[in-house]
Amino acid sequence: MNSFRQIWTVAAKDLAIEVRTKESINAAGAFSIAILLIFSFAFDPFSDSMHEFAGGLLWIAFAFAGALIFNRGFARELPNECLDALLSSPLSASSLVLGKALANFVMLIAVELISLFVFGIFYNINWVKHPWALAGTLALATWGIAVLGSVFGAMTVNLRLRELMLPVIIYPLLIPLLIGAIEFTTILLGVEPIASSDWLWPKLLLLYDVVFTAVSILLSDTILVN
Amino acid sequence: MGTDAIAVRQLWKYYGDYPALREITLDIAQGSCCALLGRNGAGKTTLLRILAGLSPYQQGEVNLFGQSPRGRGARRTAGFLGHGIGVYEDLTATENLAFFARVHGLSDVSATVARWLKRVGLERVAKMPVRQFSRGMRQRLALARAFQHAPQVLLLDEPFTSLDDKAIAMLSELLTEARLRGATIVLSTHQLREALAIASDVALIENGKLRYSGERTPEMLSDPALLYRLHTELGAD
Amino acid sequence: MREKLTYGLALGAAAMFTYTLYRILLMLPDELMQGAIYRIMFFHIPAGIIGMIGFFVSMTMSVWYLSSKDLKFDSMAASVVEVAVLFACINIVTGSIWARIIWGVWWTWDYRLTSQLVCVLIFFGYLALRRAIDEPTQRARLSAALNIFGCVDVVIVWKSIEWFRNNHPGPVLSIRTGGGQMDPRMDHTVYLNLIPLLLTGIALVLVRTRQEATAREIDSLRRLAHAAA
Repeated sequence: MNSFRQIWTVAAKDLAIEVRTKESINAAGAFSIAILLIFSFAFDPFSDSMHEFAGGLLWIAFAFAGALIFNRGFARELPNECLDALLSSPLSASSLVLGKALANFVMLIAVELISLFVFGIFYNINWVKHPWALAGTLALATWGIAVLGSVFGAMTVNLRLRELMLPVIIYPLLIPLLIGAIEFTTILLGVEPIASSDWLWPKLLLLYDVVFTAVSILLSDTILVN
Repeated sequence: MGTDAIAVRQLWKYYGDYPALREITLDIAQGSCCALLGRNGAGKTTLLRILAGLSPYQQGEVNLFGQSPRGRGARRTAGFLGHGIGVYEDLTATENLAFFARVHGLSDVSATVARWLKRVGLERVAKMPVRQFSRGMRQRLALARAFQHAPQVLLLDEPFTSLDDKAIAMLSELLTEARLRGATIVLSTHQLREALAIASDVALIENGKLRYSGERTPEMLSDPALLYRLHTELGAD
Repeated sequence: MREKLTYGLALGAAAMFTYTLYRILLMLPDELMQGAIYRIMFFHIPAGIIGMIGFFVSMTMSVWYLSSKDLKFDSMAASVVEVAVLFACINIVTGSIWARIIWGVWWTWDYRLTSQLVCVLIFFGYLALRRAIDEPTQRARLSAALNIFGCVDVVIVWKSIEWFRNNHPGPVLSIRTGGGQMDPRMDHTVYLNLIPLLLTGIALVLVRTRQEATAREIDSLRRLAHAAA
C-alpha cells in the first residue's frame, strides 16, 4: 500500500471518529468563538482601525483552538493500546503522522471557516474581498499548524503532562508561521490593495510548510518508536 | 526443523545505563511455537516489543525472515497482540477490521472482514460500536484484528491473560491453524501449563538474560516449574 | 582529568575577565552618544553570540546521539542548551537595560532581541520536555528530535521577525548609535570579552555533563534495585 493511501486511510479513520463524536470540533469551535467574543471587550469592534488587528485576532483564535484538536489527535490512540497495533503494522510512522496532520487540518479548517463567518458578523469585516488568496493563506498556515500539532502530539502522547507540554513546545515554534499568516491575512482583510512585496508572507508560509513537513517525515520514526 | 524465522544476535537493550536485555542470542525456527517464560520484569515484553518493531535496541541484530523488525516487510508478515486489544471504541466492529485490513494492504477488504466477523462470532453485532461490546466480544474482535491478515509471525504478549473461556478456546484454535499453515509463534506468558501445552520450544529469561532456550520436553509438560528450578537463581545455575 | 580541565577553564576565564574588565571599565572612554551605558554591550553582544552558537552546537550533539545512540552526546546536548539559554537570557536582560537607559523603555521589540526571546522560549520547551520524561533513553530520543526542530526553526524565526520589523519599523539596539565607524578598540573589546565568557560557558557545560552522567548512574542503580526486589 503506497504512502498516500496510508495517509488517507489514517485521516479517514480519524475523521470518521470525529464525525461520530464531534469532541474536537465542538470544543475548538466554541473556544474560538469565545476568544473572538472576549477580544470585543479589549478592542472597539466598531473602530475604523479594526482591520489592522483582524489578522492577529483570527490567528490567535485559530492557534489556540488548534491546541484542543491536537491534544486529541494521538491521545485517541491510547485507549486499548491502538498505537501499538498501528506501529506494528506495515503503516509507516511518517504516514501515521501525516495522516493525523491531514485529519487535524480538515478539522481546523472547519473551525476556521465557522470562526471567519462569526468574526465577519461580530466585527463587520468583509472577508470575501480576496477569496482565493484568503483560502490559500488559510490552507498554507493551517497545514503548518496541523503538521507541527501532529508531530508534537505524537511526541507528548505518552508523557504525564501531555496537555501542558504540547502548548509550551508548539507555540514558540509556530511564531514564524503565525507572523506570515497574520501579516497576509491583515492585508487581505484591509483596505489597501495587495502590493507585490506583500507576497513575501505566503512564500514564508510555503517555506515553513515544506521544511517542517520534510523534518517531520524524517523524524517520525524516531519520535514514535520507543 | 525449518529455517529460522526469527534470529536474534547479541541483543542489548538499555533504559539509560540500565541493561534491560543483555546479550540475548535466540533462534526461532519457522513453523515453531516458542513460549517466552520468566517472572515479571524479566524482559519478555521488552523482547516481544523489539521483535514487533515497537521498541528500538542499542546493540546486536534482530531479523524477522532476514529483515529488520522496523522494516515494512517484517511488519507485513507479523501480527502483534499486546496487553491492549488494539481496537477503537468509537468505530464499529466492521470499521475496525476494515481499517486494519486496509493498513495491512489486504485486497477485498469487505469479504475478509465479513469472513472474520463470522469466524469470531460477531457478525450479528458488526455495525455496533465497540464501546457497547462486552469484554468477551472485545477480546474476540482483538483476535480477529490480529489474525485477519494471516501473519507468518505471531507475537503475543500474555495472550491468555484475562480472556474468558470462549476467547481462550478461539485463540487456541487460531494458534493451531496458524501452526498448520507454517506460521511461527512467539508468546510470553505466566500461564505455564497453557503455554507449554502448545509450545514446541521454550526460552527462559531472567533479569534480562536468556537462561535457557531449546525444545519443550515431556518433563516440562508434566512439571512446568522444572525450568525455573534448573535455570534460575534458585537452581544450580 | 575532566575536573582539572574544568578548573583550568574557570581559572583561565577569571584571569581573562580581570584583564577585560580593566579594559572595559578603566581603559576605554565613554561612547560619544551613549555615555557609560554602552559598556553593557561588551557583555550583551558576546552573550548573544555564545547563545546562538550554543543552540547549533547542541543540535549537532543531538544528531550525533541519534546516529550513535551514545547517551554522553545527549548529556552534552542538554548541558549546552542549558548554558546557551543562560547566555541568551543575559543577552536579553542586558539589551533590555540598555534600551531603558537609551530609549526610556524596557522593551523596544528590536528584531534581534525579539528573535532571541523566541529562541529562549523554544529551548525552554526543550528543557521542559526533558523534565517531563523519566526514562533516560526516551528522554534523549525525544529531546534530540525537538532540538532539531528547534534549531531549524531558529533560522526561520530570525528572518521572519526581521522581515516583520522591516514592515513595522521601531528602535534598533546597536552599539553604534552615533552612526559611522566604531572605535576599533571598542570593536576588539567586544570580541576579546567573548573569550572569558566562552571559557565560562564551556566550564559550566562540563560540570552539567558530569551531573547528567551521575543522574543516569543513579537511575540505573534504582532500576537494578527494583529488578532485584
